[in-house]
Amino acid sequence: MSSILSDEVHQDSSNSTVKQTFLEATVATIVEEMRADPTVFTMGQDIRGGVYGAYPLAEFGERVRSLPISEAANVGAAIGSAMTGMRPVLDMTIATFLYSAMDQIVNQAAKSRFLFGGQARLPLVIRCTMFYGSSQAAHHNDRAYAMFMHVPGLKIVVPSSPVNAKGLMRAAIRSNDPVLVFEDSTLWGTRGDVPVDPDFIIPLGEAEIRQRGSDVTVIGIGQSLRTVDQALKLLGKDGISIEVIDPRSLCPFDWKTVLASVDKTRRVVVVDNGPMTCGVAGEILATVAEHFHGRLLAPPKRVTAPDMHLAFSPQLEKALLPSREAVAEAIKSTFEYRGKEI
Amino acid sequence: MVELSREAKIEMLRRMLRIRIFDEVASELQAKGEIPGPLHTSIGQEAEVVGACMALSRQDYMTGNHRSHGHPIGKGAPLGPLMAELLGKETGVCKGRGGSMHLADFAIGSLGESGIVGAGMPIATGAALSAKLRGTDQVALTFFGDGASNTGPFHESLNLAAIWKLPVIFLCENNGYAVVTRASDMVAVENIADRATAYAIPGEVVDGQNVLSVHEATSRAVKRAQSGAGPTLLDVRTYRYRDHAEFGKMGDSVASYRSKEEVEAARKRDPIEMFAKILIEGEVLDEDGVASVRAQVISEVDEAVDFARASAFPDVSTAFDFLFVDAVAPRH
Repeated sequence: MSSILSDEVHQDSSNSTVKQTFLEATVATIVEEMRADPTVFTMGQDIRGGVYGAYPLAEFGERVRSLPISEAANVGAAIGSAMTGMRPVLDMTIATFLYSAMDQIVNQAAKSRFLFGGQARLPLVIRCTMFYGSSQAAHHNDRAYAMFMHVPGLKIVVPSSPVNAKGLMRAAIRSNDPVLVFEDSTLWGTRGDVPVDPDFIIPLGEAEIRQRGSDVTVIGIGQSLRTVDQALKLLGKDGISIEVIDPRSLCPFDWKTVLASVDKTRRVVVVDNGPMTCGVAGEILATVAEHFHGRLLAPPKRVTAPDMHLAFSPQLEKALLPSREAVAEAIKSTFEYRGKEI
Repeated sequence: MVELSREAKIEMLRRMLRIRIFDEVASELQAKGEIPGPLHTSIGQEAEVVGACMALSRQDYMTGNHRSHGHPIGKGAPLGPLMAELLGKETGVCKGRGGSMHLADFAIGSLGESGIVGAGMPIATGAALSAKLRGTDQVALTFFGDGASNTGPFHESLNLAAIWKLPVIFLCENNGYAVVTRASDMVAVENIADRATAYAIPGEVVDGQNVLSVHEATSRAVKRAQSGAGPTLLDVRTYRYRDHAEFGKMGDSVASYRSKEEVEAARKRDPIEMFAKILIEGEVLDEDGVASVRAQVISEVDEAVDFARASAFPDVSTAFDFLFVDAVAPRH
């Protein structure tokens, strides 16, 4: 990958931006935070080899640490260092590797502050990447964030763009609590304008309204927002005014923004690449139903992957992820719904 | 030999007695229903806890396991908040959130005990990494049992600490049993210390009933850790007099898994009696002096119980506290 900090900078005095990919923005933010705060350091398997982004090794010395393939000890070491004054950014590389460290994440990182009556502070970031849509097969391609939403004590973000990757990573590093950052390998190469301001931050729990509209609220998680964008193109100027929301952070979740939008539109579609049962979409729809029972103009709808593993074979893998057509159809049918015949 | 002052030796006796009497009293309170939940006592294991803890400084780190009361007591935590924690009170060291298996007292370097066997080892390894990165001479010691030496985190932590030469002491409280199962049936090597060979670090079998032997071995491990040479594995042989846990009203759920003769033989090497004898023979204390330390500790434990009993339970309005530092209200 190219140098992360020397990319072309567009100087427009107040709001300088730089064109960066999602991955460049992520790594650049970690580097900036390491420069700003000597307690920030990063560890990951193969990290000094630069497999998932290059760090200035000479500058940081042993603050960039390659790890043995020992996931439980990797997470535990991050927890122990976080409890004692450091701010580790642990790169777990592939999201499915979190499972090998489940006890340390769920029983230790998420519970230690609570169990010890507030004595522990755990300013800990766990990065991981979901490798789906690229024939990695089912040991690498899970979209597992919803599993961790079930655990009180973990903060969770799913960035959908380079600028969000930057702002959310900074918020994660500066957070005093454990934060899981779920990155999407299919977004890593996407480029966008990213602020160069070393304090640019997107607070955890602030959704982004990507497009304002008044007929249907469409909420997308991570990469699925690209599918939503494609669906909007398919719908064209179909006369449907669509509000598109990116929650960005799953815990804390910006219920206020989502509920205010549905209050206006009274129609909601949630798109998520994760499996359906006990997923993010189900949680959002349940909350919407609790708030708007009897006031929705159409049944709340979700477009998700089914409760099925994604295959290696490209055609099979693609077939199970929400398509632009399915999302477009869901939006259209929700908008056109005129009451059920009894 | 590490030279110990007279005061340090008396303090060793005092802390061993604190653990013994604290756990005896706690067992009674648990049987009466005053302490909810199960209880794992360290009675019989006092020497290995105190010998190790007294080789550490206050600012050194420590993690432990479900058999947790002895560890913070050994490291010098005040007894009142520990007892209040067992009773589930707001004045408990963990505000009643953790209870018997999850004591922690960050003020004395106790980063927490764990209800998950083996889970404290990677965390101590991380605390040692932190000390190294911050350039302090702090060390981290983790207590775990013979059963934990079969977990993945044991092997992962030893390897990680070894490759990075971290200042960690892995102290196996080898009491011969995981619940009711003999270590000799479950551990592939004769000595858990032998497992150190796989990680190219020193492994040593230590008499855990002799507080001075444990102190000596731990002090060597601390010195090695501080010199930058890395971790040590101590296989400390000890014995618990009582069963794995007190289950109170649930009754004795453990079948006979060891003979009376075995328990009686172990009690003949009682760590406190043996050390009291050493102190008397070495003219550090006479018998009255030992009795007086015991009497002081009994009243300390009584005060701790009074403190715990007089304390309030946490108010239900605080049920959502302590989830995050940066406040996010839990959904409910």
